[in-house]
Amino acid sequence: MDKRVSLLNPLATLASGLLFGFGLAWSTMIRPEAVLDFLRLDDCGLLFVLGCAVGINLLVYQLFPRLCRRPLLAAAFQQRPFEMQRSTLLGGVLFGMGWGICGVCPGPALAGLGAGNADLLMALAGIFVGALLHGLWVGRIELGRNNCRRVRS
Amino acid sequence: MFSSLFPHGVTHYAVGGALMGLGVALLYVTTGRMGGVSTFFSSSWSWLLQTSFFRQASWRDSRRWRLVYALGLVLGGILYALAGLPAEASHMPAWKLAVGGLLIGFGARLGGGCTSGHGICGMAALSLGSFLMVVTFLGTGILTALIVKWLGA
Repeated sequence: MDKRVSLLNPLATLASGLLFGFGLAWSTMIRPEAVLDFLRLDDCGLLFVLGCAVGINLLVYQLFPRLCRRPLLAAAFQQRPFEMQRSTLLGGVLFGMGWGICGVCPGPALAGLGAGNADLLMALAGIFVGALLHGLWVGRIELGRNNCRRVRS
Repeated sequence: MFSSLFPHGVTHYAVGGALMGLGVALLYVTTGRMGGVSTFFSSSWSWLLQTSFFRQASWRDSRRWRLVYALGLVLGGILYALAGLPAEASHMPAWKLAVGGLLIGFGARLGGGCTSGHGICGMAALSLGSFLMVVTFLGTGILTALIVKWLGA
């Protein structure tokens, strides 16, 4: 891949995040109270936000790879690395509980901080620590499993 | 009926959601990546930690673009504020942001994604697992928010 493309790739990534964050701010989803209004069933607007965002990408994800064999600035289309496991649904439950308590999720936490809501630093710290605890926890489980295997063999 | 479901109208929800969708679509068309946000909170720990979990190639290979993407989200919020577009202040108690953040971080990583990863990308990719996850966290989110409201917290 030539130099021009390798510079354009991070620029496009930055621009994508920027558009995403700008849209989150426009939709008021960066305001935890607006999200909680939806979760308390007072305002169903979040369904419109999600519907529009999904609708556009439904078209793009399904059609674009048929029109172009590869993305404009990279070698191949990537799949989301997601596998449903027993613990996965528990993750969804915990995520939902946190979402219902504070009305924040990862994207709006970042965009809302940019828009000047410094309180969200607390939420971002919580998310970082939560992700850290998850990594340490999974690491310990895997370590235990490997030790068991060693003992057995 | 309509105005009771959408007391604030739907225009800003639709426009904001479309902008978000365009951001995610731009990322896919240019780089072939699906733009979930929550993985950023795991992959970033790989800059600091040497445990086997955080040394995984999937973090190290994606941590750079995920950081750029996250910066883009913050930048999108900054741009929105600089443009002087309408915004309401938020007054979420710090303990809710901290507790909620922790659950969100842990849950999103255990669940393999958040509202952007499963909600936008996964559903647009017609992933059955992502649909299940969205139903799970929407359901628990609504339940939790209603319980918190009922408790008067």
